[in-house]
Amino acid sequence: MTDSILLFKFVLAIVTFAISLGVAAYATYGERKIAGLFQDRLGPNNAGPWGLLQPLADGGKMFFKEDFIPAASEKFLFILAPGIAMFTALMTSAIIPWTSPILISGALYQVQVADIDIGILYSLGFVSIGVYGIMIGGWASNNKYSLMGAIRASSQMISYELAMGLALLAVIMMSGSLSLNDIVAAQKGSFLGFLPNWNVFKQPVGFLIFLICAFAETNRAPFDLPECETELVGGYHTEYSSMKLGLFLFSEYINMFISSAIIATVYFGGYNLPLIGRFVTDPNALAAIGFAVFFAKILFFIFFYMWIRWTLPRFRYDQLMHLGWKSLIPIAIINLLVTGAVLILKDYL
Amino acid sequence: MQSLTNRSKVVSNKQMSFAERTYLIPIIKGMMITLKHLFKKKVTLDYPKMTRPMAPVYRGKHILKRDLNGAENCTACGLCAVACPAEAITMVAAERKKGEEKLYKEEKYAAIYEINMLRCIFCGLCEEACPKEAIFLTDEIVKPSDLRENFIYGKELLVEKMDHRYDITKRQKHLIK
Repeated sequence: MTDSILLFKFVLAIVTFAISLGVAAYATYGERKIAGLFQDRLGPNNAGPWGLLQPLADGGKMFFKEDFIPAASEKFLFILAPGIAMFTALMTSAIIPWTSPILISGALYQVQVADIDIGILYSLGFVSIGVYGIMIGGWASNNKYSLMGAIRASSQMISYELAMGLALLAVIMMSGSLSLNDIVAAQKGSFLGFLPNWNVFKQPVGFLIFLICAFAETNRAPFDLPECETELVGGYHTEYSSMKLGLFLFSEYINMFISSAIIATVYFGGYNLPLIGRFVTDPNALAAIGFAVFFAKILFFIFFYMWIRWTLPRFRYDQLMHLGWKSLIPIAIINLLVTGAVLILKDYL
Repeated sequence: MQSLTNRSKVVSNKQMSFAERTYLIPIIKGMMITLKHLFKKKVTLDYPKMTRPMAPVYRGKHILKRDLNGAENCTACGLCAVACPAEAITMVAAERKKGEEKLYKEEKYAAIYEINMLRCIFCGLCEEACPKEAIFLTDEIVKPSDLRENFIYGKELLVEKMDHRYDITKRQKHLIK
């Protein structure tokens, strides 16, 4: 039994890894295509049918570029930084419950690489380590633009992590657990009779704060100040080339995928689809539907990320700090207090 | 004062309310605008596969016409070179010898005729200046190249091919009237 669980987890880890990379690769294609469509262009359409082989072409190009390391850079850290960015981006996918348990030869298996009790804390932890990749990369480049990008990235991520944590805390108070599995399980059924029992309907303010912070944490527009082509050349990756640059860019898309997955898990019921339990009872069929539903939610949020990117202009730096410290954190605290008060009142009623 | 167009808006500096300062509704409005563009007809043309229709008198690459029998119309009078504001045209004249009547229409012809396509501004003044209906502009586009030498078009590129004649009736102004 333990052996089979080990094997299952091992296979699942590899599959999760492959899916993260695959989705991230096609997110780069999707970004370019959607950017094109939003701007009344066609987007990439020459590599393969509808340009579907574009990610391969991009990746190949990245590998064959000259791998340049500036002479004045801190070589070890310069090489280490993209690795950290990629590693932290990939690690977060371990705690995501992909679908409901599946039945293999009479035993139920959780489709989740690691069902740890502190799932959300783990993800927050890795997200905050992720800033080291950007910071070290920017610092080790020995370039003023890179350094400014790195400084922006670190202060931005620290500021927005606070509000993000506070927004999540309200959800954790409601579900009474840090494990993502429990949070998903708590979102079964319906709310007020007609809505799905998803946290987004119970925590709309918290969801909004979390969403804004997720944009800031993944360094996506309108919070892409660390990269900021128009001001900082390329920000923290100005000096990077070849696959090191590729890893930085790729880790951004993996982050986007994982944060979409976390938004879907925490606020949109994960793999839950309302009323599906009435029609399907076979656990494997349920798991398949759950996986499809979960993926549809994730893809929607990836699209949402791009949608926002091509709609909103970038923040000015002081506006970013204002929004983080003077708006989001107070609102998140009030939200937390209201959630707590409602939870206490519920016990008395 | 009354404005003439009624399009000007009165600007006010009033403090925005909290709801206004969150910009949520403007953001959603903006997102709807971009969403509309997602489904709009695209302005980009899938270029090598599709091309835009050209005007019948588009001023593109030049052609040196031959007459119905295949003799070159050009007599190397040099009026096109004089008319050219960009000094793109050069030529060397030569006398027609016996037995070349099939090749050249009149006693004098252009032994060398070169147009520098990088200098040419495609104004069409050469076409207007030509008294012999020898040079015309076509709706073909000068092919791109990464060598400057390739843009100096000699007679082998300019003179009309007999198996691929170019219709110029639309460009002959005295016929259009």
